[in-house]
Amino acid sequence: MKKLFASLGLMAFLLVPGMGFAQETGMEPAMEAVTDVVEAVAAPAEEAAAPVPDKGDTAWMMLSTLLVILMIIPGVALFYGGLVRAKNMLSVLTQVMAIFCMISILWAVYGYSLAFGDGGSLNWAIGDLSKMFLLGITPDSTAATFTDGVVIPELIFVAFQLTFAAITVALIVGGLAERVKFSALMVFGALWFTFSYLPITHMVWATGGYLLEHGALDFAGGTVVHINAGIAALVGAIVLGKRIGYGRDAMPPHSLPMTMIGAALLWVGWFGFNAGSNLEANGGAGLAFINTILATAAAGMAWMLAEWMLRGKPSMLGLASGVVAGLVAVTPAAGLVGPMGAITLGAVAGVICLWGVSGLKKALGYDDSLDVFGIHGIGGIVGAIGTGIFVAPALGGVGVDDYSMVGQVVTQATGVLITIVWSGVVSLVLFKLIDMTMGLRVTEEQEREGLDTASHGERAYNL
Amino acid sequence: MKFVTAIIKPFKLDEVREALSAIGVTGLTVTEVKGFGRQKGHTELYRGAEYVVDFLPKVKIEVAIKAELLERVIETIEQAANTGKIGDGKIFVSSLEQVVRIRTGESGPDAL
Repeated sequence: MKKLFASLGLMAFLLVPGMGFAQETGMEPAMEAVTDVVEAVAAPAEEAAAPVPDKGDTAWMMLSTLLVILMIIPGVALFYGGLVRAKNMLSVLTQVMAIFCMISILWAVYGYSLAFGDGGSLNWAIGDLSKMFLLGITPDSTAATFTDGVVIPELIFVAFQLTFAAITVALIVGGLAERVKFSALMVFGALWFTFSYLPITHMVWATGGYLLEHGALDFAGGTVVHINAGIAALVGAIVLGKRIGYGRDAMPPHSLPMTMIGAALLWVGWFGFNAGSNLEANGGAGLAFINTILATAAAGMAWMLAEWMLRGKPSMLGLASGVVAGLVAVTPAAGLVGPMGAITLGAVAGVICLWGVSGLKKALGYDDSLDVFGIHGIGGIVGAIGTGIFVAPALGGVGVDDYSMVGQVVTQATGVLITIVWSGVVSLVLFKLIDMTMGLRVTEEQEREGLDTASHGERAYNL
Repeated sequence: MKFVTAIIKPFKLDEVREALSAIGVTGLTVTEVKGFGRQKGHTELYRGAEYVVDFLPKVKIEVAIKAELLERVIETIEQAANTGKIGDGKIFVSSLEQVVRIRTGESGPDAL
């Protein structure tokens, strides 16, 4: 009897996408009738119909989850850590790892349920709390993939998505680095995760989410992760104000080799991020895989060559920055565009992001310490719009139903705009609230001393 | 007694030390320093941020010597540290009032 219930539940779960479609087209009553019939027919067919996760898919998704973790606690931490001054090295490493730990817990407590649950009347924006504390999720529970009848263990899906939430919040650190108060950052991280990350994820990826149902394409998180975090970092950098001595004192990165190691770990880990987002180990994952090499390589080359021409020298930091910009840009496009589309997209992103961290940043005058907005925000926007263009079958993309380039680009731009406004408003309110209550920034004395000793009581290098 | 301070290019340190040993200088002190003179610095570019680095790394050597050795010491440093290019450094000379060898308590020229 228990098994019968399980298979019924599974059938309902698999039919949810159909119902979402029905709501949009106003065919609800008819579809509901069909649903009833299907359930009535399916029920006696017993558990034989219940799909079982493929071992290859399961192994691939566990590996992908590990790869995304590799992107965060060594990857982002070292990439950012190398870019700050030696006196702030540990603060950045601590912030990234602490955020990873905190978001992991929050994800299991309520994040997953709110992101991927069914929120009823609010389902366009957010899920529910029915799976709080991962209630009811057992090793036998499954999550749907993009192929009908193919599932993966739900616990693996929970873990995979956990890493996306963690990296998004960790990315924000770069905009606030070298001056943010640690406690304030942690409070902001928890609240922003709740009020910006969870709704955006739900809208983009969960069944019934507003942007998903309107056809916005985001393969691996260009809007959810990169624009979302980029905007939060930009707002944070503006509310927090510039670092003492910004524009006057030299603030060169203290260890570009660390940054290179971080960028390399990001690239390697990003295969889990992009190809893993396919949720199955198949040709689709293969497309995302090769695109994650090609777009990235093109962006690195484009940034390097542009810098070489404009500034006279090809720098390591420029190359590494281009690589990250390419990874960001190909994120929403990974499994949707063709390899040549990916190369074009990457090259464009490399050059535009170079402008983002130099021309744009100078013109607007904010101190986004490690260029989270310039690379993740701008690169994410280029990627999201570019996905709408290069998904075109004529340009080698996989195409979508009823594709028109103008229509798809407008849809993509809507997704970008909603993310910018949502994340921007939530970030502004949270940063202001925290600033007024507990204070967002360390004292001038602590900032000059460096956050390593002032906030954490230790020093990165005792040479 | 004389106290000679020379600022030289870092890669010339070994040549200068060997040349000074050869003329009988028995000890010297070396410090890594930064400074600027006529040699121009360089610019470093990190993404959009451009920093002009005015202070260039140099090595400072300090030698305490008997007065009669002064001319040869100056000449030796001058030759050994010379590359003919801007930024070769400078030699400063001052009189030295007193010297004490800590281990034995000897003082004056005996302590050199």
